[in-house]
Amino acid sequence: MSQFKWRDVATGLIVPVALVVLWQSAAALGWVNAHVLPSPVAVVQRWVAYLLPQVPFDPAAGSWLAWAVSGELIVDSLGSMWRVVSGFAIGAGLALPLGLMMGASPKVYALLNPLTQVLRPIPPIAYIPLAILWFGLGNPPAVFLIAIGAFFPVLINTIAGVRHVDGIYIRAARNLGASQGTLFLRVMLPAAVPHILSGVRIGIGTAFIVVIVSEMIAVNNGLGFRILEAREYFWSDKIIAGMISIGLLGLAIDLGVTKLNNHLLRWHRGLEH
Amino acid sequence: MHIEPIRIQGVNKVFKTSGSDVVALKDINLEIPQGQFVCLLGPSGCGKSTLLNAAAGFALPSSGSITAGGKLVTGPGPDRGMVFQEYALFPWMTVEQNIKFGLDIKGTGAAEAESIVSALLQKLGLTEFRARFPKDLSGGMRQRVAIARVLALDSPILLMDEPFGALDALTRRNLQDELLRIWAELGKTVMFVTHSIEEAIYLADRIIVMTYRPGTVKRDVLVNLPRLRDPASADFNTLKRELGQLVMEEQQRHHNSEILAAAVD
Repeated sequence: MSQFKWRDVATGLIVPVALVVLWQSAAALGWVNAHVLPSPVAVVQRWVAYLLPQVPFDPAAGSWLAWAVSGELIVDSLGSMWRVVSGFAIGAGLALPLGLMMGASPKVYALLNPLTQVLRPIPPIAYIPLAILWFGLGNPPAVFLIAIGAFFPVLINTIAGVRHVDGIYIRAARNLGASQGTLFLRVMLPAAVPHILSGVRIGIGTAFIVVIVSEMIAVNNGLGFRILEAREYFWSDKIIAGMISIGLLGLAIDLGVTKLNNHLLRWHRGLEH
Repeated sequence: MHIEPIRIQGVNKVFKTSGSDVVALKDINLEIPQGQFVCLLGPSGCGKSTLLNAAAGFALPSSGSITAGGKLVTGPGPDRGMVFQEYALFPWMTVEQNIKFGLDIKGTGAAEAESIVSALLQKLGLTEFRARFPKDLSGGMRQRVAIARVLALDSPILLMDEPFGALDALTRRNLQDELLRIWAELGKTVMFVTHSIEEAIYLADRIIVMTYRPGTVKRDVLVNLPRLRDPASADFNTLKRELGQLVMEEQQRHHNSEILAAAVD
């Protein structure tokens, strides 16, 4: 990591600060209807209210910690996160071994690739009616949709990763006496990791889009549900507060994946640190 | 009966292409005795790498046979350690893990593997680099690791495919000396592919000059100069001139055939 540069931070802040000042002036001067575009101050107030617990602390009701995280925003974020993580785990968990098999075996590839190519272009959103028909409402259809969203990017990239392993590594390993099993586990799999991780990154991104959509349709909590609910009450400040929360959570997920990426690929050339 | 480490008998190699078949090797017969350092010399397209790959077991001959240590070569194996021009180190493994890879496969015990790896790191001046990944090493250091990796398995035969071709002149000389030192100490039988006449004379006991398509043995030369050889000496340069003529004849044939191929297109 290069040194933290205050100059860069200051430069990066110029445009956002100017926009917020413009936005606040527009609201304060009454240029726009507050229902259409609330002031940034109102959004921040709403965001804090959304974050904090709704009832005062009562020692009889439970521990302080439980109270502190009982705010609606925290419950929603945890709900959304849980769906992303479990959906992604299922989708990627199925895609990874399947992708390894399809990448390593031309026979399996010939058998499954046509179906994959037909199913892959269907956006996960298009599975919504079927998901509700099969799983009803609540978490199951959401997790199913997220799993679909994560499945294909991980599958496609894993196949490409295994198929594009540089032949020189395979020759070197066979020269050193590697069996098929060793060749697969210690050469082809690690050589495919950069591809697999870029699939993971795309898969997580898709999962995060799908979780918001599926919460708008099938679930009664979570960040996606909350901003749609806020619209019904004309709480435009809460809509924007919710959107900002979604953005922050997305950023946190991306930073986490980048960190994992940098750790697993610390051997890789041309990696940004 | 005495068995030579490498016996190449009546080897032909034909590559089938859509247009016509390319005869890469034609009737190659070579016996390489124990501990001999042999260089295969010739312009690109003369089949020297093809012959080395056949001995390594990566691409078997179309006809004829190659035996290593008395056994027919049917595939790659750790009895014939290969060093590639592109190093072919596993980039996800550290220097130490790369060297240990073959020992893991062989099932060498942890304590013994550790002592073999440490000795090799020492021998090749890599001790300070043991925990580094290949991307953090220079070309010369990477090739040292690749050499250590095949030495770890203590194979009697070393196959080297233009191993120093991508290195700068000084690093190259440095590694050549290192290789000669190791070869003298361990008594390996070496088959070394190069297109550098000077490199061949500097290193080899015996130089096989090959012809351009089909690849045949054009001249089999024993180099009787004392080591370490001085590339500026008269004897060295007499041999260099002689071999230079042979190689350039083949290079000219290579060039002519390229012009011919372009004219046909």
